[in-house]
Formats: sequence, structure tokens, C-alpha cells
Amino acid sequence: MGILVDENTRVMVQGITGREGSFHARNCMAYGANVVAGVTPGRGGSLFEDTVPVFNSVEEAVAETAANMALIFVPPPFAADAIVESADAGVPLIACITEGVPALDMVRVARYLEDQPVRLIGPNCPGLINPGARCKVGIMPGAIHLPGRTGIVSRSGTLTYEAVGQLTGLGIGQSTCVGIGGDPIIGTSFVEVLRLFQEDDDTDAVVLIGEIGGSMEQDAAAYIAAEFTKPISALVVGASAPPGKRMGHAGAIITGESATAEAKMRAFREAGAVIIPTPADIGSATQEMLRANGLSA
Amino acid sequence: MKIHEYQAKEIFSGYGIPVPQGSVASSADEARAATERFGGRAVIKAQVHAGGRGKVGGVKVAQSPDDAAETAGAMLAASLVTNQTGPEGVPVNQVLVEELADITTEMYLALTVDRVERRPVLLASASGGMDIEEVAATSPESIHTEAIDPVLGLMPYQARRIARRLGLEGPASSAAPGLLSSLYQLFVDNDCTLVEVNPLIVTGDGGLVALDAKINLDDDSMFRRPALRELRDRAQEDELEAQAAELDIAYVNLDGDVGCLVNGAGLAMATLDVTSAAGAAPANFLDVGGGASVEKVASAVGIILSDEKVRRVLVNIFGGILRCDIAAEGIVQAYRAANSDLPVVVRMLGTNVDDGKRILQESGLPVVFTDTLSEAAEAIKQAG
Repeated sequence: MGILVDENTRVMVQGITGREGSFHARNCMAYGANVVAGVTPGRGGSLFEDTVPVFNSVEEAVAETAANMALIFVPPPFAADAIVESADAGVPLIACITEGVPALDMVRVARYLEDQPVRLIGPNCPGLINPGARCKVGIMPGAIHLPGRTGIVSRSGTLTYEAVGQLTGLGIGQSTCVGIGGDPIIGTSFVEVLRLFQEDDDTDAVVLIGEIGGSMEQDAAAYIAAEFTKPISALVVGASAPPGKRMGHAGAIITGESATAEAKMRAFREAGAVIIPTPADIGSATQEMLRANGLSA
Repeated sequence: MKIHEYQAKEIFSGYGIPVPQGSVASSADEARAATERFGGRAVIKAQVHAGGRGKVGGVKVAQSPDDAAETAGAMLAASLVTNQTGPEGVPVNQVLVEELADITTEMYLALTVDRVERRPVLLASASGGMDIEEVAATSPESIHTEAIDPVLGLMPYQARRIARRLGLEGPASSAAPGLLSSLYQLFVDNDCTLVEVNPLIVTGDGGLVALDAKINLDDDSMFRRPALRELRDRAQEDELEAQAAELDIAYVNLDGDVGCLVNGAGLAMATLDVTSAAGAAPANFLDVGGGASVEKVASAVGIILSDEKVRRVLVNIFGGILRCDIAAEGIVQAYRAANSDLPVVVRMLGTNVDDGKRILQESGLPVVFTDTLSEAAEAIKQAG
């Protein structure tokens, strides 16, 4: 099972004819994802990889292929338009990989989506993968994943792969891995993903990877303390970052005390989460947690 | 991207937001002439991108044109060190010479994007002229917050509510809604991440004036704001950070001696944390990005090697979009170009990792290969 993506996910790739879009669409297909359509305005009528029909608009793609998820690779100036186009066509799940979308574009998009039955993951995220269902909708290297019962939710891309690599190395498989994105304004928060993991019968435990900036980790900690019943281990990176500097991610900038790694770690500790002391300990700390709870990998 | 106060005030003026009469000076003589025009007395304000200048002599009142010349001359001759700069400070290449304001009340105004509300928020406080972080810590109830629906914009009733909370009366109260709505328009039109007026003052005749102005712009919107891009002042930026920015490499200069090359912002932060935990100090944060070419990796490593404090290099590449062989070739190129023999600890995983390792092995560079993050941290400690 897992959350959000599985065997029934019918993926439409927006920006499928671009350099990044085509490369990753191919990799998703090779992993086993069901890519049913591509969209590039002006390139409709062609076939991608001789099998996937390309359309001029999301509306046509959805009507023809019953796509139920959008994966967006369009460049930053057009990302807001691409997201809203999919939402407007009734696509219920959208993952936007694009990095560098203007913050005020995302403010308008987030406002628009408030009234829509749509979940947006990202932007500036690696996407989602459900190894058990062989469904990869994103840019993560598929080969490092192992089917299993531990969920991962993270604000980062490559650090998520690091986490997956450590877990897989110890034989700990993953139910679903969700990268929610490194921007200040993103579609889906830690809490929303944790809620889904809480309800998922095929997820026994969760690894959460946060970072400096904002207060989303504190919100997650409050939810964990109040409602989350599964074992959870948490890491917050950026302890060595100087205040006021943007550490790569637009969202990773320390402003105010609550945005520091220390404050976030404290919140998780007080909420009863297992604290992962350093990024080198993601696997071992999670393994110990699973054992302590009588769970297998 | 940060811009100077005088640039922000020019933008304010364009939106009809009152600012003091002022003139930018880059020499003592220009400061003297400006002060004469303002009637013989003026405020001299160092133009730097760092906050906290008021506490360290970056803002001074000149009582005469000669005094202004002397004050400006001294400011322009030295770097300014504030609690927001490093110990080397930032250069002062211009001062803003302004007429003295007739202050009766000082208030605080700011616009930013609230991540939790996911919309712009207007912050207002009657405690102006102070460090707002301090106000937030000691008396959070004195800061009024107004979330703005991006579809509607700042509504007049919200502006009136802020005026009321600020305790404004008479002409200042009538002027406030117009000023606030202009400020919001400015925020949106220029893709700002922060607009701050600290203080906003009520003058003796009841007018509102932005005595200070701070604007931070969204780096990600620069593609559609070519005019704003011109406002960038490279002299205020760290030299290596400015070089990296031109190459579209996310780089932050730090204090240690371990140069770090990583792909991905989260993994880069994690690498710094692991390095620090092992007792070594990172010289920089560097995310070379996903689709980097050999040239880009070489430029990134070149920046690391040109940093005089770097004594050892840590490479942590989780190959996905970025292939390990590309990274390896870039590293070798940069080492050869810099003729460097600094020890390099390499941790590589993922796409084409064997090719990457072979290229480094055959290069003859002083490479130590490690498999895990903790081994890499241990090895970099040993290399020190």
C-alpha cells in the first residue's frame, strides 16, 4: 500500500520533452511507474519513447488518458501556471520538482489550491516513491530503495537519498518516501504527510528529516505529541549554519530562535521522537528504534 | 538579494511613500555640499547591507557642513563591523546624507511572507526604532499581525485596523491606509521577501515619514526584474560568495579549514554537521547542484581551492542527476589548474561511481576514499 502513490497511479509528466523532464520520465518508467501522458504546449501529437502520448494541454491529457497525478519539470517562470493548469483539470495529486519558483507565485498558487480538492507536493522537491508498488514519481535514484514498512518524509532531496541508503544498507525497507520540498512556501507540510503515514496500515514507523528555517518541524512535533502513535525518528540538519544566510534551499535560512536546528531538535525530543544525533546515524538510530518497538525491518 | 537604504528609499518615493530629503555621497566634499543644502545640519548614514549599524557609529548627526564632511570622511575610510557582519566588516562606499526629521513618535512596519499562513503578512508595532527581534521576545503582544489574501490585497479595513492599533490620530491616521496600501503594492510589484520600515515616524505636523527603509528581494524572481538586478552591490558581498553566485553555485563562506563540495542543499548541510560533530570545522557550505557539468564542478572546486583558509577538502557526492564521473573530472581539472596538493577525502555513491573513483585514483591526487558519512568525517579529521 504505502501513501499517495501506488500501482494505481497514472502519471502525467508536464515538461516531458525538456532535458530534465525526458531524462526523469524515462527513469520513472524504467523503475516501473505507469507514465500515461506527457504535456508540452506546442508539442502535442508526438509520442515520447514511442509509447507515451504527448499533449498540448493538461485538459486533453487527462481526458484522453485518465491521468491522476502530475509530475512537473517546467522551468521556474512557468511552474505556477503548470500547477494551476493541473489543479484546474481536476488532477488530485501534483508533485512539482522545479527549483527556484518565485515565492509570491507560490503564495498565489497556495491560495488558489486552498479551495481545490488537490494535494501539491513541493515545489523544489525530489518527488515520491513507493518501492513496494514499483512506483517512482520523482528524481530519486530508484535502485537504492528497498520495499518495506518504514516511511520517510523530508524537506531535502539528496539527504533523503542518504537516509534511504543508510536504511537499505541495514535491510530496513521503505513503504513510501516523500520529499516535501526545500522552499518557504510548499504545498504539503510534515504534519499532513505524518497524518497519511498514521493511517497507512503498511507503515510501521517513520523517519522525519527536517532542517533549519521556519517552524514546520515544531508543528510536526506538536502533532507527534498529540496524535501520532507510531515510532518516529527525527533529524534536523543545519546546526552549523550561520544566521541570516540562505543555505542553498530558499527555506533554509535562520530567522528567529524557532528556526534553529537546536530549537527544532528540542521540540522533537519533547514530543517523544527518537533523536538522530548526526546525519551519519539515520540508519543506526532508526534500527535501534525499530528493535526497541519489536518491529522488524 | 539585499539593496541599500538609499535604493530602497528611491523605490519608496516612486510609490508616493514619504521619505526624508536626502542625497547620496561618496566623498566628504559631497557630504558637506549636501548638508549645506539641507540648512547646515544633517544625518549621515553609512550605506551597508548589514543591520545593526546604528549601534556601532554607522548613523551620526552632523551639526555643521564641516562636521558632516569629517563624519562622512571617517565612515567612508573604514569598514563597518556590526553584530551582523564578520570581524572584517563591510566596506562603506556611500553615505546617505539626510535632512533632520522632526520626530514625535517612532513605529515599526514590515511586510514579509509568512510560511505558515502561506501569504504576505504586515507586521506593525508602536515600539519603533528598536530591534524588532527584541520586541518580539519581550512583548510579543505589542506586535500586530495582519495576514493578506493575495487575491484581495491589503483591504482598507485592515489598514484602518493597523492605524488604530498603532494609536494613530488626526492626519497621521488618515494618511496611514494610503501609505500601507502603497507599501503592499511595492512589496508585490518588486517580488520582495522583506520590506521593513524601522522607524516609521509621525512628524511634528502629523505627517508619516519612512525614516529608514529596508528591502530584500527574492533571488528566484530576478529573471523577471532586470531593473532590480542592477541594484546589486557586489562590494557588499563576500568575494567568494559573489563569484559562486555568478556561476549559480549555492555557496556560503564559513570560518573553518575544511573545504566542502556536495550536491544538494540538505546533504550539504548534513555534511557540515557531521564534519563539525567530528571536531573539524567547515570552511564553506557548497551545493554544486543537480545537473552540474564538468566545468561547473571545476569552478566550484576552484572557489574552494582559492580560499586561503582551506587546508583539506571533503567531497560528498550522492550521484543521481549529477554523475560521479563528471564530478571526478571536475575535481581533477580544478586541482590541476590550481596546482594544489591539499588532501581530499572523497565519499561518492550512486550513478557511475566506479568511473568516478577510477578517474580520481588515476589522477595521482592525494585522495582518501570512504564509504559512509561517518568514515568521511573521521578521515577528514585525520587529514587535518
